[in-house]
Amino acid sequence: MPKVVFLTTDGSQRVVDAQVGESVMSVAVQNGIPGIIAECGGNCSCATCHVYVSDESLHAVGVPDDMEEDLLDMGVSDRRDGSRLACQIRVTEELDELTVQIPTVQP
Amino acid sequence: MTTGVSAAGTLIVGANQAGVQLAVALREAGDSAPLTLIGAEPHHPYQRPPLSKAFLQGKLGLDALAFRPPAFFADNDITIVSAERVESIDLDDDGHAGSGTATTESGRAVSFDRLALTVGARTRRLTLPGADLDRVTYLRTADDARRVREHLSGSEAVVVIGGGFIGLEAAAVARAHGKAVTVVEAADRLIARSVSPLVSEFYRTAHLRRGVDIRLGAGVTALHGTDGRVRAVELTDGTRIPADLVVVGVGIVPRTELAEQLGLDCAGGIVVDQYARTSNPAIVAAGDCTVMPNPLTGEGRVRLESVQNAVSQAKVAAATLLGRPEPYTAVPWFWSDQYELKLQIAGLSAGYDRQVVRGDPTSEAFSVLYYRDDSLLAVDAVNAGADYMAVRKALTQGATIPADNAGNTTVALRNLIAPKSVRV
Repeated sequence: MPKVVFLTTDGSQRVVDAQVGESVMSVAVQNGIPGIIAECGGNCSCATCHVYVSDESLHAVGVPDDMEEDLLDMGVSDRRDGSRLACQIRVTEELDELTVQIPTVQP
Repeated sequence: MTTGVSAAGTLIVGANQAGVQLAVALREAGDSAPLTLIGAEPHHPYQRPPLSKAFLQGKLGLDALAFRPPAFFADNDITIVSAERVESIDLDDDGHAGSGTATTESGRAVSFDRLALTVGARTRRLTLPGADLDRVTYLRTADDARRVREHLSGSEAVVVIGGGFIGLEAAAVARAHGKAVTVVEAADRLIARSVSPLVSEFYRTAHLRRGVDIRLGAGVTALHGTDGRVRAVELTDGTRIPADLVVVGVGIVPRTELAEQLGLDCAGGIVVDQYARTSNPAIVAAGDCTVMPNPLTGEGRVRLESVQNAVSQAKVAAATLLGRPEPYTAVPWFWSDQYELKLQIAGLSAGYDRQVVRGDPTSEAFSVLYYRDDSLLAVDAVNAGADYMAVRKALTQGATIPADNAGNTTVALRNLIAPKSVRV
């Protein structure tokens, strides 16, 4: 079972189990990771599940599609290179130990 | 059956999107008073929007719809009472303190010193001959959606009564499952309460193109069945449409009974101000059950049936309960998934006097911006996320997108966001 590593805003690290096919947003919400709001429930409409994917994992998660790109561009407070919407990242075996940092604010 | 009085600091009636958000917001703000959420449904609190989308398609189970895992509520000292409907509420003394005791149908009594009503709404029911036949279903709760999902697999012909969002999303799922689908709508256009005629017409043709039969201006007079099971829907013109499953989506009715019992003002919903205060300022209400001033203009009264409103208003209500009131200024937003069409709405278009179409609706990727007195009101965006986000951003900033250039697809809307002109 792949694991996802969340670096939370208080500086702590949470390593949780994830199902293949599940979104990283869903993994966060079901594990009570603070700072992932996910108002729209994974619909790419609210941009409140913004995360920073670590440099090491960046190549493996691929690139945002147009819709996500637009939300990241206009919907998040501090966009950086690793910015993604967690609802649009699917867990795969290859993504084991995917590490994402939670931003201090969601929009 | 449970009896006896258990102490509760804050009581939230309704374990739904608004209720859960209110509880979470209180805890996030550091409030440590006892907190009880009472919900009538026999399920752990879950999200409704996927019920007419991914859940109905069979892509998701109910577990995946939970707002938070059970452990989250336990860890945050939030007591969830499921499968209990609050039947009556008595306020202490003159009611000004907002404290009192609620009693559920089973006789459980919960005392509180702060009260929030997130009681939601019930589906409007058909009152026609045959309305109680088997396989005449509604679509609001998880149990409703399970029924529709179960019946869908064994059905050939599906009739959807009501051409609003719920009905059209259900029609899209049924059609994608290869069913013969007819949508019957009493008004002369689809989704009439939420979108403009242009967007209504787009959805009519989009469904027609995918093989759905749409009957507008069509009333239903009766449902016919054999052996207790529905077989046909009869329209006012006498037409009988074969059906082995009927999905009814004709709107919701806010649950105002408890508010009325408490003497709170109600007008098609529990009346609240921009701080989510009811007419008894010690009691707050949030979500589908409320009517409130238009959050963008402060005028009139609107009832917003959406996740965004439930979340935004619940946060406002939590702040009010904590004595740190902040007005509701969030820009309304909404989405609907039908087939591969994603509709995203930002703002409220009611009362517009000008619309600007951006892109070509026949390409199934376009948006419509709405204005009143040259002031930007809203956008309906179909497969046009950038337009949706640009308008949402402009409205959030109190800015505008000049109408004269908004239809120019060679320029991104985000580059047209401008401060509102100052009138002298």
